[in-house]
Amino acid sequence: MRKILVTLLFLLFGTSAFADCNIKSGSINILANDFPALRTFVETSKQCKGSADFKVTHSSEHNKIAVPALTANPSEFSARIAANSSIVPLMNQDLIRPLDDLVNKYGEGIQDSQLITIDGKVMAVAFMANTQHLYYREDVLKDLGIAVPKTYEEVVAASEKIRASGKMQYPYAAAYKAGWNLAEEFVNMFIGHGGEFFKAGGAQPNINNAKGVATLNMLKKLSELSNPDYLTHDSEAIKVEWESGNVALMTLWASRSGTLLDDEGDPNITKATKLTGPATVGGGNIPAATLWWDGFTLAKNRSDADAEATFRALAHAASNKKMVADAADQAVWLVEGFVPGPKSIGVIEAVKMGAKPYPMLPQMGLMHGALGSEIVEFLQGKESAEQALKDVEAAYISKAKEQGFL
Amino acid sequence: MGINSPLTQNLMPNKTFFWFFLPTGLAMILFIGLPIISTGIQSFYAQHDQVVKEVKKCDPFGCTVSIVVDNEETTKLREAKPLGKFNGFGTYVDRNHLAIDEIKKFWNETESFGGFVDQVTNLPFYKALIFTLTYCLFVTPNVLLLGFIIALSLNAVARKIRGPLIFGTILPMIVTPLVGSLVLFWMIDSQGIIGANIQNLMNDPYLSLKSSKTLTWITIIIYGIWHHSPFAFVVFYAALQTVPQEPVEAAIIDGASRFQRIKHIVLPHIYPVVTFVALISLMDNFRVFEPIIGFSAEGSAQSLSWLIYDNLVNEEVILFGSAAATSMMTIVGIAILLAPVLIRTWKEFKTAR
Repeated sequence: MRKILVTLLFLLFGTSAFADCNIKSGSINILANDFPALRTFVETSKQCKGSADFKVTHSSEHNKIAVPALTANPSEFSARIAANSSIVPLMNQDLIRPLDDLVNKYGEGIQDSQLITIDGKVMAVAFMANTQHLYYREDVLKDLGIAVPKTYEEVVAASEKIRASGKMQYPYAAAYKAGWNLAEEFVNMFIGHGGEFFKAGGAQPNINNAKGVATLNMLKKLSELSNPDYLTHDSEAIKVEWESGNVALMTLWASRSGTLLDDEGDPNITKATKLTGPATVGGGNIPAATLWWDGFTLAKNRSDADAEATFRALAHAASNKKMVADAADQAVWLVEGFVPGPKSIGVIEAVKMGAKPYPMLPQMGLMHGALGSEIVEFLQGKESAEQALKDVEAAYISKAKEQGFL
Repeated sequence: MGINSPLTQNLMPNKTFFWFFLPTGLAMILFIGLPIISTGIQSFYAQHDQVVKEVKKCDPFGCTVSIVVDNEETTKLREAKPLGKFNGFGTYVDRNHLAIDEIKKFWNETESFGGFVDQVTNLPFYKALIFTLTYCLFVTPNVLLLGFIIALSLNAVARKIRGPLIFGTILPMIVTPLVGSLVLFWMIDSQGIIGANIQNLMNDPYLSLKSSKTLTWITIIIYGIWHHSPFAFVVFYAALQTVPQEPVEAAIIDGASRFQRIKHIVLPHIYPVVTFVALISLMDNFRVFEPIIGFSAEGSAQSLSWLIYDNLVNEEVILFGSAAATSMMTIVGIAILLAPVLIRTWKEFKTAR
């Protein structure tokens, strides 16, 4: 925790961070999610490619491609830009290689805090941090004399007040699309209530309890203040809702703030859009949010020459002071030399408040999947919270048994 | 007897048929038979027990002690038994599929039959099965009916404008299902042209086609009819061209109404084609998938095909066993659904000889 604070809040005085770009051979092929910061990152690494082949696939469907593509031998991609959750399936299947040797040889400008180590081995190099936090419309809150909400209870009260004033029908928005997004909201809220997903030391689920019920009830209250189509809304859809001026309070990814606050769209709305930290819930003191890192991993089933070329190119970007200065608006970079701007406030607040990282557990993906489909009927008012949580646990247990975790 | 004996009559054509069919047969075994067998085998296996170990994990947010999969041990297990752990029908009967144990429990525990049905339809497989069947039962007859009506009407218009009309009619089939459903999805948005108008019409600003389960089902079914009708139309239209004119003219002279002519001459003539279209569209509809993705309707409507997709890609951990089991049950489902039509066709084939 302290490490990131150090990274984010202080300017570190380092030596020139430019990697040696004298790459002579090998081929580089990168699989990455698709948002502006990652595009910048990959573009920066491309400057360093030397005479190596360079290919990149940016896709929002990256999670679906990754495991099959890296299982092939030789693997389709030499590198995969992963996050806390998406590194897990790669680890489970033993598809990525330890980076210690390469870090020692070529990792000069990379800070220790950027290294993701598992069992003493460097498995990934992180370069940006992300979280979901609150966005609010300053003008709307001011007009109605509402203070900036700090807890989800206040978010509910504020939204109800805005609705009562007749300004907006659906003042709150969050990505509640059934599936991954909705499950992520549950994860945030459950952690905010102090919940643990699994019983200590095992893979037995632990969500059918008072904390789980409180989590669901809060999600339901918020969903009632959202556009009725909320079950079909992902991050992009709520961003559009916001830019159309239909929403005054929103929980959204920090990495989306760049495009939300750009010059496109109504300038009045953009001007009144303000960022604040994630909210807490149920009297808890840690935020109902999870911290995420994005970092690069190298495929195991690829030649050493390719791994070396790929690492050098990506390390060039992961230690590039010019990139983080030029693209300071796009992300909260973990790279040396980053000066946090107003758009980084969400992540910095989250870290200060002691937000927890998304659980990096081998069986977490199964839990996330079960949550995404089984809590929908509760939100639709078709079943009780207890029944929904019972369904989640049952669905999870079946999958975990098939997968050999139970 | 002699040359007309059943033996000589059948022997030659069968042999010719065999050689004629051989290349197709081989291709079918290679591309359809073997994958199904492989899927079938896969469905009887589950993953090995995961060997996990506690390790220290550090990331930019700090260090924790937690578990990872022990890859060395897992590799050993995998090399010994590459298919995984034999599970028999374990995956088929688990809670996410046929849920035999759960159903027994519900039967013993619930007091009313309604309560029992509620509990069962809350299970993922049965939820998906009910949507899939509902979709089939509503879409297939409507597709047949609508396709037939369009074919009849187009057959009656002047030849000059028939070409453009036919093109316009088959457009829904040309449009890729995903694109077609996305277009409709945007139109029914509460700010879209259809959604906003329905709100005005019903005088209910909170009405949303996407948020209600029933309305989502209706939307997907209407989309299905829209998308599949052109296929029925094309086949029916072609069949209508083969209807002999003499009996139709004779019927007109006898004073038969248009409806009577269709009922007694046209329909019996194109009956085999109707069976064919019914078969194909039943099969197609049972595999309904794209509209669910296009309409982002995962929350309200899940089909069997969607369950397979969900097991394979929606989670970061791929569930091959689950996906294979659902695939096998989908195949069985289609077979059961088609059985009555197939049996009937077979009987007619026998009597025709």
